[in-house]
Order: sequence, then C-alpha cells, then structure tokens
Amino acid sequence: MSLLDVQGLVKHFPIKSGLLNRQTATVRAVDGVSFAIAAGETLGVVGESGCGKSTTARLIMHLIEHDAGNIAFDGKTVGSQHMQLKELRRQMQMVFQDSYASLNPRLTIEESIAFGPQVHGLGRTEARARARDLLARVGLNPAQFIRRYPHELSGGQRQRVNIARALALEPKLVILDESVSALDKSVQAQVLNLLADLKQEFKLTYMFISHDLNVVQYISDRVMVMYLGRIAEIGPVGEIYSNPRHPYTRALLSAMPSVDPDDRTEAPPLTGDPPNPINPPSGCRFRTRCEHAEAVCKQKEPVLNMIGTGHSAACHMMNAGSGHSKIIPIAVAA
Amino acid sequence: MSAPLASAAAAVFTEPPPVVVSRGYWATVFARVLRDKVTVFCALVLICMLLMAIFAPWIAPKDPTATSMLKRLALIGSEGYLLGTDELGRDMLSRLIYGARLSLFIGIVPVINAFLIGTLLGVLAGFLGGRVNTVIMRTIDVFFAFPSVLLAIAISGALGAGIFNSIVSLTIVFIPPITRVAESVTTQVRGLDFVEAARASGANALTIIRVHILGNVLGPVFIYATSLMSVCMILASGLSFLGLGTKPPAAEWGLMLNTLRTAIYTNPWVAALPGVMIFTTSICFNMMSDGLRQAMDIKE
Repeated sequence: MSLLDVQGLVKHFPIKSGLLNRQTATVRAVDGVSFAIAAGETLGVVGESGCGKSTTARLIMHLIEHDAGNIAFDGKTVGSQHMQLKELRRQMQMVFQDSYASLNPRLTIEESIAFGPQVHGLGRTEARARARDLLARVGLNPAQFIRRYPHELSGGQRQRVNIARALALEPKLVILDESVSALDKSVQAQVLNLLADLKQEFKLTYMFISHDLNVVQYISDRVMVMYLGRIAEIGPVGEIYSNPRHPYTRALLSAMPSVDPDDRTEAPPLTGDPPNPINPPSGCRFRTRCEHAEAVCKQKEPVLNMIGTGHSAACHMMNAGSGHSKIIPIAVAA
Repeated sequence: MSAPLASAAAAVFTEPPPVVVSRGYWATVFARVLRDKVTVFCALVLICMLLMAIFAPWIAPKDPTATSMLKRLALIGSEGYLLGTDELGRDMLSRLIYGARLSLFIGIVPVINAFLIGTLLGVLAGFLGGRVNTVIMRTIDVFFAFPSVLLAIAISGALGAGIFNSIVSLTIVFIPPITRVAESVTTQVRGLDFVEAARASGANALTIIRVHILGNVLGPVFIYATSLMSVCMILASGLSFLGLGTKPPAAEWGLMLNTLRTAIYTNPWVAALPGVMIFTTSICFNMMSDGLRQAMDIKE
C-alpha cells in the first residue's frame, strides 16, 4: 500500500482586482494531479518554475487548502476522524529551499529544533535532548551548535539544521522542496549523501522537489515531471532518463548540460517561457511549445496513459486512438 | 552510522571549532549600541533627566511653587536664582527640575500604552489577515485622516483638561501609527518560511505568535515607539500650552512656556528655557531611537 495517495488534486488561486475586489481571473496552479508514493521510496518532482511543484507540496502538507481532490496518508483520508491534521503534521514534514528564512533568527538552533516536539507534548528537557541527538545525526557537533543563532551558520549548516528540525517529529514522509538548490555543489553533494543516509536510518520516504535534473536522477527512485499544474510524465527514474516519452520530458533532458564536448547541446531545445497558468492553452498544455503539436492537441486534453511498468505519460502520441499522426508504438515498454 | 555520513560529519568536525561565543540577539544589539557614542550620550542625557525627575525634591534648590512678587522675571544668573525667575517670581531652576516629572510622564506613558495596545492590534491584524485585518486597519485609517495635533486637541477638549485626560487622548493619537507599523512587520514575518515550518509542525496560532512572531515584531515596533516619544512630549507640551493638559500652578515645561510667553520681550532667555528642555529631551529620544535602529539592523 502506498504511504501517500493523491487523487485529482486541484488548487486554483483567484486573482482579485478592481474597486470591489472581484475575482477577475484564476491561476490554475495545480489542476488535477494524481500520484502515489510508496513507503520507503523517493519520488523526484521536476518541472520549470511555476509548474505547480511547490504548490503541490504545500497542498500535501495542508499549508494551503486544496479546492478539490483527495489526499490519503497511510490509507487514511487526511482531515477525516482517522487522521487529524495535527497527527498528519507529525508524520509529514517539510524542508524548505531558503535555509535562512526557514529558521527563526531570534531562536537558537536548539530551540528551533526542539519547537516541534514541544508542540506535540514532549517536555522541554526531552525535546532539547532530542535536538542534540539529531544535530549529531546530521553531522553538526551539538556542543558547538546548540546555543548558536542561524545567522552565524553557513548555508549548508543551516540546511542540516532544517533537516534535523524536520526529523525531530519522527515523520514518515519528508517533503524536500528545492532543499539543496540554494547550496553550492560540494555542499549539495554532502547534504544529498546525508539525506540518503538518514533515509535508511529512519526508514523515511521522500518527496524530492527540484529543478536540477542531475540531483533528481541521483536521489530518486521514481520521477514525476510536471508542466503547468499537470503531470506530463511519471515513471521509474531509469525509464524516465533513458527512455523519456513525453516531448516535454525529452526537451528537459536534452537541456541537461553535458560535460562531454562531443555531446554538446547545439540548439536550445525549448524556447520561451511556459504559457501563463492564468489562461493555459486548450487541449494539451504543452502544445504551444511542442514540435509535434497537431490539431488534436488543441482539441483534446491528453490523459495519463500507462506506457510501461509504472510509467505513464500524458501525450496523444502515446495513445493509439487519439488521432495524432505520429503515434509512437508502446511496444518497447515491457 | 554509515560511511558517507561519517565522512561528511568528519569533514564538519575537523573544521577549526569557532571560538565565537554566541550572544543572544539583544546582547549583540546592546554591545553595538555601546560602540555608538552619540546614542550613548543621548541615552545618558535622558537618564539624567529621568534621575532629575525622580529626585526632584532633593535636587531642587527652592520650592517650585513659592512665589515672590518682588523678584519677578529675574535674569539668568541673578543672586540666589541660577536660572532666573518666572512671571510670578518662582525659581526657574527648581521649576524646570520639577517640570521634568510631569513632562516626562506625559511624554512616555501614552507611548507605552499605545505600544501595548497598538502591537496587540497590529499583530492580530497582520497574523489573522482577511476580515479581521480589514476591520482593524480601516478603523485605524479613520484616525489617520486627522492630523495628530488636531486629534489630540479634539479628544482632550472633549474630555476636559487634566493629566489623566491628556494621557488618554495622546494614547489614542499614537495607537494608529504603532498599529500600522506592527501590522506591516507582522505581515512580513508571517510570510517567512519559519512560520510555515511552525505551522507544518502543527503549532496553533497562539503558540506561533508567542514563539515566532512576537520576537521578530517587538524590536522594530519598539524602535518606532521610542521615536514617537519626542513627538508625544511636544504634543503633551502643546496641550498644556493650550490649557488642555496640566493646570497651573503645576510645573510642566509646556505650561511654563505658555505662562512665560508674555515675558518674551522683557526676559527672552528665561522664557526660552522650558523650550530648551523640551527640545533637548525630544532630540535625545530621536537620536537614541535612530541609534537603536542601526544597532538592531544586524545584517550578518
């Protein structure tokens, strides 16, 4: 059974303007997203800025309320009597991108980490003991760091503190929202290794959000590619990186910088910005930037189609009955 | 502990341990204030004023209300009257010393009251947002429509003269600006990730405000409030001058300025003295507030 099961998640942000504050438009930040995360796996989430990655994370954490859809954790619907919000928040934690803004500048490192357990009823002394223990586990000497303030730490150290803070509640699922993106490469590698170790040690499940394809490839078991509030493709990491099926995934992957001079990327694979999520294109949302776009892409919205073991893509070319002229046979998938 | 973690941990531990002993935020601010000579000087002046007010009966050479028809409007430096006498022959030095009591009291107390009430309103409006914010902030805007002097006079006039009433009216005058500052700082802090993280750990609104919001909001609002103290002193003096604040024969700088104004041509230096005191005190409050602001602006 999957640890997290998301069905048809929708979040539209109203844009209000004018004297009477009337709703004039809607940002379709997340528009019908369904996926599941199995216990113990790492789901990587990639996509351009504004594709709804972070909104999805915040919806799952219930930091913002979803408009429609269903989120089940451990088989229990969140918000029902089986899974109260406070209990969910103990089992699910999040690490943010900005390591500085995610620590209260007025609290010591120890106080910041001990805050969560104290909210959940742990005594002050026990909470602080746990904070020290966790600091050691994330590779920071407790004796040196407990009394210090966030501005005295480096970015990498702060992000370790944030990880410790998230783990302080002993969660099952940790959502890492661009958690290593702001760190420089060498520190990033250290923190990634730390995350991998902690995952084993505490039997964690990760949802790893990033725009860095290399990092996602390194840490993920499965990868979900998002485009304008929808899932473009989802599948095992090997499948996605070696056999991408959605034109958007292919474009993203070909944009990955290569270190091989013979394998130089010549032309920019994707031009322009993603269309405005206020008025997304009709039919397939990627059609405005897709080289294979046809009339059918404008008329019909493609659905996520199973094209292999655990591998799905939302593209008319993957769907034999769609009427697209370039149907790609999905015989390769086995 | 597995191998990569051990190596990562070792990498951190082998860094030379920093010898910096972390001071708390306020300790750091205090150390920074001490380095700023102007601020220290202004703070010392204000402390002197405060001590002068507290120990007035022991410091003042004469009874501040003892009149003498013979020695009216004595010049500065007259025998027995270091700073001369006022229009009723009362010793100016003693009256200025005693005046510090009332003047500081009605300069500081309204700001403290307004600081408490305004911060409460501002934090509520900023943190809760939505309707609560609209109701509080639009009400505050109504008060902003009046110039502060006019508002103070209007409220004082309606309530009647007296120290208590002028404190009430000045408190009402200062609640709107403090509320607005508190609201804007709270709105800023509320959007930061650590507040999100606190919500994500399941803390309720009250805990978040207590632990995460107040610590970050009180500082800036406090600075702003100290800068208002000078304005408050001047407004309070203004109310007394107009006869809406303290009543004679009480010694209060604003009131003294009023009663001495008839003597401005005969003995201008003595007549200007209460003004000098008001000016000195308010400029010291302002400079100190500026210094505090700089000291609290710790970048890294």
